[in-house]
Amino acid sequence: MNKFIKHHGKILPLQSSNIDTDIIIPKQFLQKINKIGFGKYLFYNWRFLDSEGKIKNKDFILNNKIYDNSSILLTRKNFGCGSSREHAVWALIDYGFKVIIANSFSDIFFNNSLNNRLLLISLPEKKIDIIFNITKKQKKVFGYIDLLKQELTIEKKIITFNMSEAQKKSVIYGLDQIDDTMYYKKKISTYEENNYPGYIKYS
Amino acid sequence: MKKTLYQKIFDRHVVHECDNELPIIYIDLHLIHEVTSPQAFDGLRYKKRNLRSPNKTFATMDHNVPTNSRNMYDATPMAKIQMETLINNCKNFNIPLFDLQNISQGIVHVVGPEQGLTLPGTTIVCGDSHTSTHGAFGALAFGIGTSEVEHVFATQTLRQARMKNMRVFVYGQKNNNIFAKDIILYIIKKLGTSGGTGYVVEFTGPIIKSMSMEERMTICNMAIELGAKSGIIEPDQTTFTYLKNKNFSPKNNSWNKYIHYWSSLKSDNQACFNRNISINISNIKPQVTWGTNPSQVISIQNKIPKINTLKTKIEKEDALNALDYMGLKENSYLINIPVDKVFIGSCTNSRIEDLRIVASVVKNKIISKNIKAYIVPGSGLVKKQAEKEGLDKIFIKSGFQWRHSGCSMCLGMNDDQLKPYERCASTSNRNFEGRQGKNGRTHLVSPWMAANIALYGKFININ
Repeated sequence: MNKFIKHHGKILPLQSSNIDTDIIIPKQFLQKINKIGFGKYLFYNWRFLDSEGKIKNKDFILNNKIYDNSSILLTRKNFGCGSSREHAVWALIDYGFKVIIANSFSDIFFNNSLNNRLLLISLPEKKIDIIFNITKKQKKVFGYIDLLKQELTIEKKIITFNMSEAQKKSVIYGLDQIDDTMYYKKKISTYEENNYPGYIKYS
Repeated sequence: MKKTLYQKIFDRHVVHECDNELPIIYIDLHLIHEVTSPQAFDGLRYKKRNLRSPNKTFATMDHNVPTNSRNMYDATPMAKIQMETLINNCKNFNIPLFDLQNISQGIVHVVGPEQGLTLPGTTIVCGDSHTSTHGAFGALAFGIGTSEVEHVFATQTLRQARMKNMRVFVYGQKNNNIFAKDIILYIIKKLGTSGGTGYVVEFTGPIIKSMSMEERMTICNMAIELGAKSGIIEPDQTTFTYLKNKNFSPKNNSWNKYIHYWSSLKSDNQACFNRNISINISNIKPQVTWGTNPSQVISIQNKIPKINTLKTKIEKEDALNALDYMGLKENSYLINIPVDKVFIGSCTNSRIEDLRIVASVVKNKIISKNIKAYIVPGSGLVKKQAEKEGLDKIFIKSGFQWRHSGCSMCLGMNDDQLKPYERCASTSNRNFEGRQGKNGRTHLVSPWMAANIALYGKFININ
């Protein structure tokens, strides 16, 4: 698996807070039983004026040609709140996003992103404002991310971001978490053998 | 070191921990349903892995199921495929399944508690954000994504960061016709939809202590709408009484052992909470959401706020967008605004106690002729109990549709949906844009309020 250490991409500024997973991927598209092809349903109710997805909402930023092939989504606080549907992350990735920059993320969405190597960068509101202002002044803005240095560079402006070692490792290497945990199989068995009454036997 | 209830349960379940890695915690109970599990089963098959603990995994179908019949073939073709996939996966991996032919089928967060699967001190996960509901029993319960579902399938563990601790102390004199739903909506209004992000919230105080298990479940159910990882309530005699003699509850001698252990599950007196919040509910009136997130709430007798009274630029923008979507005006009342549909159901408010409240309001009355109203019980057992008590007859006579159990209009994955611009008073948990149908307008309320709105056909202030 390729290491994810650096990324250079176009920024799409989505000026909204509390974007919930129902908005990211509406429920009618959760009935697929695989993980692929969700990108075309991303922000469906905002992208299309009709239920069939034939009439585009020209005012919505994803329908603006300037932002085609954007790979960095810039948004505001509490992104990914609501339902635990991982389909939201699959839709973002399938559409082409590699990085989301926001003030904060919901806890479940954060874990889901980590498990799919979608890089989440959390920044204070003032720094988010600075980036939004840059995207207002000029349409095509590119961001450069260096994961090892934990730096985001936009228009020669360097912004540092925090990230736990566990999170960084997960995104960089994209390790199979299950294989990782299986390494401790004996410990799991020992836990099961020893742990009464925390350990429940449903009969 | 003095510990919170959350810390005690977490620490008890640590299988492995070391620097620069997330702790691995053991999962006692894994609940699954048809929507977030198929890809996880595929992952197991693809990697040729076994399901580690079929005896700790329980399945129900709820999100997609038709509520006008118990026939899977009445569902949409895609929904039918999802349900068939769950049936096949459960058969192949030897997982007990509450399917449509099983009286115990229902919404996953109703089924777990009423079966006695949800037990104090346990860790419980499900590929559904409202798993926090089970925290009402003093369990550490939280929603997970499909990759994590697969991780639990394969290892019966999860890698989880330790969360911060928040205590919400609820006190005061509860007014008549104020219910758990009003209280949790009021708390969300006070703290905001990201007020709990990064925390497990312990709800405590005399008001919580006096609540039934059903009410406590409503509180913990909506902890997720605060942004919290989970909600949790210290187990007590109310908890133990509820669990006694349930299908999967410990029996005979082991019951006493468990009671002894469960009684120790409380936060220590000097335990350190990162955040302490006190909420006085003495003056609150029935709560109703006016916007498109659960913190956009008012008391029914109050006006929707003026935009310029909101604190931040973001709040103002959110409010403007919400009002536009909801077809409402700032600084105006909801009272007398007509409603098209009333939905009583969901993992928040579809238990027998909720249905009794509705019946007490609508008995010998007829709902407004401009209203379509649905009552969707949380499980087959809730439905059976309601029918035993004659509640179904009250509902049907009043003009309600009395349905079979399922998630139904809470998220509209089946045919129970709002048409564009229809306005709905709903006992569910989310009023997000499009949640109940594209351009549908959702107002979250208590079952008592929903029943009154059904009678009058509009928002009404009843003291």
